[in-house]
Amino acid sequence: MNATATQRVWSVVTHVLLLFGVAISIFPFYWMFVMASRTTEDIFKFPPELLPGTHLLENIGKVFDSVNLLGSTANTIFVAVVTTVLVLFFDSIAAFAFAKFDFPAKNLLFVVLLVTFMIPSQLSTVPSFVIMANFGWVGSFQALIVPGAVNAFGIFLLRQYAQGAVSAELLDAARIDGCNFWRQYWHVAVPLLRPALAFLGIFTFINAWNDYFWPLVVLIDPGRQTLQVALSQLNGLYNTDYSMVMAGTLLAVIPLIIVFFLGARQFLADLAAGAVKQ
Amino acid sequence: MATTTPLTAPAQAPEERRSTGNHAGRSKSELLSLYAAISPFYILFAIFGLFPIGFSLYLSFQNWNGIGAMRFVGLAQYQFMLSDPIFWKSIVNTFQIWFISTIPMLFFALVIAFMLNQQIRGRSAYRIAYFIPNVTSIVAIAIIFGSIFSNNFGLLNAALEGLHLDTVEWLNTPWGIKVAIAAMVIWRWTGYNAIIYLAGLQAIPTELYEAAKVDGANLWQVFFRITVPLLRPIILFTVITSTIGGMQLFTEPQVLVGNGGGPGSEGSTMVLYLYQQAFINNQFGYGAAIGWGLFVIMILFSLINWRLVQGAGNRGSRKGVRA
Repeated sequence: MNATATQRVWSVVTHVLLLFGVAISIFPFYWMFVMASRTTEDIFKFPPELLPGTHLLENIGKVFDSVNLLGSTANTIFVAVVTTVLVLFFDSIAAFAFAKFDFPAKNLLFVVLLVTFMIPSQLSTVPSFVIMANFGWVGSFQALIVPGAVNAFGIFLLRQYAQGAVSAELLDAARIDGCNFWRQYWHVAVPLLRPALAFLGIFTFINAWNDYFWPLVVLIDPGRQTLQVALSQLNGLYNTDYSMVMAGTLLAVIPLIIVFFLGARQFLADLAAGAVKQ
Repeated sequence: MATTTPLTAPAQAPEERRSTGNHAGRSKSELLSLYAAISPFYILFAIFGLFPIGFSLYLSFQNWNGIGAMRFVGLAQYQFMLSDPIFWKSIVNTFQIWFISTIPMLFFALVIAFMLNQQIRGRSAYRIAYFIPNVTSIVAIAIIFGSIFSNNFGLLNAALEGLHLDTVEWLNTPWGIKVAIAAMVIWRWTGYNAIIYLAGLQAIPTELYEAAKVDGANLWQVFFRITVPLLRPIILFTVITSTIGGMQLFTEPQVLVGNGGGPGSEGSTMVLYLYQQAFINNQFGYGAAIGWGLFVIMILFSLINWRLVQGAGNRGSRKGVRA
């Protein structure tokens, strides 16, 4: 009796503490919404207004009036989608080859791939920019998409998964039926790799959407900006129109939240498993 | 690194090697296909990864503004770097911000994971709620935190005023800027680390907890005597990843206080300083030298962290959490 009572108290305490943490997690989003739905005069009031106002649509309208942000949203969608598709394709064909086939120098090549993990990107930032300038790619989307079109992380992840998920019998059967490497990839491996591809896809999309440093460096032309760069400039330029800036941040964050919620459960499980499993 | 297995794949069939093994039997066209499949990575890595590293070493010995001719200056960029007060300042800033963000962040993450690991209702809803900060745009978050920490109309100062406390010029004072940046890091990464810890906790056998309960251990003792020591490999993982992340801090200070790092460069981090020198001041050679300086610091600091966490664990005490 006493023990269960203590247990119940602990359970309540735990929930209260956890909900307090959740409140801190969520609060900046709420505050963004409050500011995005009020006038800029409201924001400067003291004491501050803590509840949402009625100017949300008006502020969003102001954001869309600034052509920059509408165009940059389209740019971001384009870059993020193309990058994700390319990463999924290039990473998965390489992962499938590494996981299920043997060829000369395979192990050496795989070790090289793992070593590239450890190179920090800052080291090559300046030369990468110079290379882009020489290619005539500064200000173009190739500069964002091409260097990130395939990565070691994804190949490693998909290879580990493919080793278990794609059975040798199925591949043999496909080979006997006359399937070459590419048909085995498309008809056997891709369907079996779907959960891992979904995780890598969400992960890649979110990262491409959020990327700031490289687009800031390489996209100089205002017409070619991504959402994150446009947002930071909106913040600098219209320092006084805070409600409009907040409406802009709202628009930058919502698509990510939607993508995350679509695969949240599986995504979190896979992420944790990747870090912990021995 | 090769021993981690991301994602839970179905069990592997032992006779899998049947289809691999002997590559002499493969046709030429199949070998060609296999190399074609893996080649995109190596081609892109050669152009955008390997070549730039050699090039950046070359650039660091040159004086170059990106347009005119390069001028070989030997070690002058490195000598200048070592005597550049703002370079050192941005290193100190980076470490201060790392210190005041990482320790609270990992501690809170551990506590949250510990609570979520109890038989508790709504665990997956909690996990999602705690992870959301991690998937949001850092630029957006920096703008929102900028408004919360704003000197004049910020929510935080309004709250302090409401409590009849002195307000703080958050974005004008050395520690104010760092606290604001650290707050963003903590907010963004605590949930992420909690999810990682939770997965580690679920791998700890429940018998250990039951035995501790039988022995009359309280929650505090269970946490520091069982949970923390057994989580050591995962704590090491999170310390190393947050070290690498912390050394690369850029977006938060850049959006919050601008390219120069704000008043007195108090918010300038190592990467922000690299960006400012290379892409704002067009000192490409100097930017490349800073890149190498940063690389050396990152390696050294990661090694020190690794030794600290390992060493603390080997002494079998609870110091692991302190590293």
